[in-house]
Amino acid sequence: MVGKLMEKDKFNYFIKTEKNNWEVIIGLEVHAQVVSDSKLFSGSSTKFGGKPNTQVSLVDSAFPGMLPVINEYCIEQAVKTGLGLNAKINLDSIFDRKNYFYADLPAGYQISQYKNPIVGEGEINLDMPYGSKKIGIERLHLEQDAGKSIHDLSPDNTYVDLNRSGVALMEIVSKPDLRSPEEVNSYVKKLRSIMRYLGTCDGNMQEGSLRADVNVSVRKKGETKFGTRCEIKNVNSIKFMEMAIDSEAKRQVELLESGKSIDQETRLFDTKKKETRSMRSKEEAHDYRYFPDPDLLPLKIEKSFVDNLKKKLPELPDQKKDRYIKKFNLSPYEANVLVSEIDVSKFFEEVIKTADIKLAKNWIIVELFAVLNEKNIEIKNSPVTPKNLAILINQISSGNISGKIAKEVFDIMVKTGFSADKIIEDKGLKQQSNPEEIKKIIKKVLDKHSEKVSEYKSGKVKLFGFFIGEVMKISAGKANPKLVNEILKTELKK
Amino acid sequence: MSIDKNQVKKVAKLSRISLDDKNLESLSNDLASILKFVEQLNKLDTNNVKPLNSIVDKSLEARKDKVNDGKIKEEILKNSPDKNKDFFIVPKVVE
Amino acid sequence: MSDLNQNTLTQITNLIKTKKISSLEVTKFFIKNIEKAKKLNSFITTCFEKSLKDAKNFDSKKNYNGLLPGIPLAVKDLFCTKNIKTTAGSKILENFTPSYESSVTNNLWSEGAIILGKLNCDEFAMGSSNETSYFGNTINPIGKNLVPGGSSGGSASALAANLTPATIGTDTGGSIRQPASFTGTVGLKPTYGLCSRWGIVAFASSLDQAGPMTKNVEDCALLLEAMSGYDPKDSTSINKKKEKYSKNLNENVKGLKIGIPKEYRIDNMPKEIDNIWNKGIDILKKSGATIVDISLPHTNYALPTYYIVAPAEASSNLARYDGVKYGYRSKKGKNLIEMYENTRGEGFGREVKRRVLIGTYVLSSGYYDAYYLKAQKVRKLIKNDFDESFKKVDAILTPSTPSSAFKFGEKTNDPISMYLNDIFTVPVNLAGIPAISIPGGLDSKGYPMGLQLIGKALDEQTILNIALTMEKAINFKNSINRWWEN
Repeated sequence: MVGKLMEKDKFNYFIKTEKNNWEVIIGLEVHAQVVSDSKLFSGSSTKFGGKPNTQVSLVDSAFPGMLPVINEYCIEQAVKTGLGLNAKINLDSIFDRKNYFYADLPAGYQISQYKNPIVGEGEINLDMPYGSKKIGIERLHLEQDAGKSIHDLSPDNTYVDLNRSGVALMEIVSKPDLRSPEEVNSYVKKLRSIMRYLGTCDGNMQEGSLRADVNVSVRKKGETKFGTRCEIKNVNSIKFMEMAIDSEAKRQVELLESGKSIDQETRLFDTKKKETRSMRSKEEAHDYRYFPDPDLLPLKIEKSFVDNLKKKLPELPDQKKDRYIKKFNLSPYEANVLVSEIDVSKFFEEVIKTADIKLAKNWIIVELFAVLNEKNIEIKNSPVTPKNLAILINQISSGNISGKIAKEVFDIMVKTGFSADKIIEDKGLKQQSNPEEIKKIIKKVLDKHSEKVSEYKSGKVKLFGFFIGEVMKISAGKANPKLVNEILKTELKK
Repeated sequence: MSIDKNQVKKVAKLSRISLDDKNLESLSNDLASILKFVEQLNKLDTNNVKPLNSIVDKSLEARKDKVNDGKIKEEILKNSPDKNKDFFIVPKVVE
Repeated sequence: MSDLNQNTLTQITNLIKTKKISSLEVTKFFIKNIEKAKKLNSFITTCFEKSLKDAKNFDSKKNYNGLLPGIPLAVKDLFCTKNIKTTAGSKILENFTPSYESSVTNNLWSEGAIILGKLNCDEFAMGSSNETSYFGNTINPIGKNLVPGGSSGGSASALAANLTPATIGTDTGGSIRQPASFTGTVGLKPTYGLCSRWGIVAFASSLDQAGPMTKNVEDCALLLEAMSGYDPKDSTSINKKKEKYSKNLNENVKGLKIGIPKEYRIDNMPKEIDNIWNKGIDILKKSGATIVDISLPHTNYALPTYYIVAPAEASSNLARYDGVKYGYRSKKGKNLIEMYENTRGEGFGREVKRRVLIGTYVLSSGYYDAYYLKAQKVRKLIKNDFDESFKKVDAILTPSTPSSAFKFGEKTNDPISMYLNDIFTVPVNLAGIPAISIPGGLDSKGYPMGLQLIGKALDEQTILNIALTMEKAINFKNSINRWWEN
């Protein structure tokens, strides 16, 4: 009965049973598609969604005598990513062949990097609710993607499309530093964010640009030795990663508590049953026979090349966050929300070019995010453009509309995409800021409720709010609240 | 180290080469004698020797990131023993 | 029609250049020779229609300045040729027709040459006698029951029988030099990276090199010049200016230091080979070269190293022959894995299976360090041996092979005895340096035996010059009576 007793405390994630408290150890191998026009070792296109086998060269389909020639931009992208992960760039690295047979692996081997990857150790900083946590990066290496086997077009046959065959991937291997599905969630998002900032991987999980193999093991709390791990292959969404870890960890705990042991093996996550299962058939033949690819020479990178890229590196999420906190006086939480996605920070920075920072951050984090979440759209496709949001905010700052009216305007902006100016103009929503006009309304209200005025004057000061409400009602919410406040006070003193 | 029939079977499986019993028997003998021959290398102490990584004394040359290949579907598929107009076709993959 | 059986490539080139003969006449002459030589089985594919068309096309041109104007040539069937079947001597590629042309053959056609056909070879170039070809044995024109050597056996046979004025082969462990030695012809394995590997069916990528096979040294220089050159499509290709081997060919060897490695005097080597070697040494001395005794201490380990490295690379290179994209596919098998196993089980011959299995074994988990890594370390020592020697000498003279041509079936049942054929040629491939085999003389049976000159990396010119000098002095004559034409 593991599941029922499981609980997540504030700082950590344990699987609690009657007997024990189990810690879950997780390491990730993320496969990130490199942003490049052409493939790692051939000149065919990497574009997503092409007609089958139209983005395939003789090299990608492993015709006799074909040879790989490396794409310099992919090397650059890997180095940039390494720098973004604060990692050691290896000036000497080697491409190896990983040998196995599969229908969508035309050469019978994948060109990868085994003992000498292009990037060595680095780290990523996670902002967890219980504080920041560093996750170690073991390595990053370049490798080729395989093609696609399609099993559902025919009952007896598998169809093979090699469009993806040879597309450059970065495999980013974490240290076993992750301890919960939440940390994995945060890690993958942070990694994706860094790569999007760098422009090295678009992070599009629907298109398979980012997948992960998840290594899971469990041990009793307080133990220092790792348990036997299982590798869950090719999980392609963060939600599935979390579910897979949860179910795999429970499976392991159940096995161990019933006195059995864990087999080190490769497993698959069944997204329908929400559990992992063994991939035994493939496991049997696991022996990749890595050796240096004799068609390629050792890759040597100049230090000056790395230094140059380092100089040109864009501001990354952590740096941007620090800057937001210092320069814009944002809370760490707010800064984090605004920098976690490059598109959000771009949006924010566009808005504050012309609008107030404090209003801008609130409007983005509260109002805009609510709309985007509800409609499930990304910020780059937001119906309210940064320019229009800035216009709205400026209407508020200049006292033309109240915050309440602004929300109405915003709703219309979301529906129509019109600018705030146009909506305010068309609907006559501009704030009443003429003291004489306001005074007229106030007088009307006070006349109407003379007995309440007497009550107020005899000490029932709470009625002030009532008068304000009445004034706003008559002005259809357009009266400038600040002015209403001031004039009302004066009038009531008379 | 010598190689027995079971190991040859395993290696044949890894190499995706079917072997009947007769071939398995005689190839096992061949492989054993070849391995014995190459094991002469064990006489050499190579503890302090770095392995040769490349026979050409130069670094890897890279090409520009340009799309200049592909779009040759017919050419790619034409030699395949089983295909349709878009795909290579292979017997069902069993997991 | 003129008889071109006594003409060299260079001579025919000059005849065509001076318009004494047309390309069509030359082409027809060689086609006729090929048609009369079915018994030799040197060809897997001929394409005479195309040859004749190309020859006519050539003759209709007014100007030509290529190195091989209108010269018909047959090439080893390991070079992919556009729209012409390319088999690598294997059943698994029996019906494979590439849509592309290898860089090396492309260089030949760009210099004006015309294709005659594709020459027999050991399956995937794995063999030393041409007996592993799926397309049957190729006969050595020297004698009906003699192997032509391998793996470029079809090339050597066709050249010796004058079915092509010159040819190209590939050499992974001696596959050009050993057949040249067995047929009394000249064969050169260039420095690794001098000729592009793009479009050549790969056997062992770190060892494979294409090279010329010719009747004499002059032709060899000419053909090497035509076929070599930098190719950005091959990452291991050396980026340097094309050499003018023909123009720079000379007989001045005075002052050159020639190394004689003591490790090449092996036990049980026929006395005749020793004699031919000593004769070669004398010639060099007389020509003004200095003879220096040298040592290549790891020579004995070259063959064991080779028989780890080459099969390891081959096991991976041949993984692509799986019945999916091209080539043979077995009808047997219910699922993908069975299809693979049957395709490869039926499609590969015995020697290829041996090497793929050995290669898979030495790379497999638990054995990698003991075999593959060890071999790469020894390979380094072998390369160091040559590097050290070349600090003292300009070239090295050795026999090409430990014996002359042997009979069919003589070594097929014992892979090791077959492998030992390459004992003098393999070290050169492991070190990536150039070497040429020239006829050194005949043994008591009247079979030719070759001498090998090994040079520094990219110093083909020096070994060509020494070879030219020795060729003049040796004045070798092959006694071939064209018995197969009856």
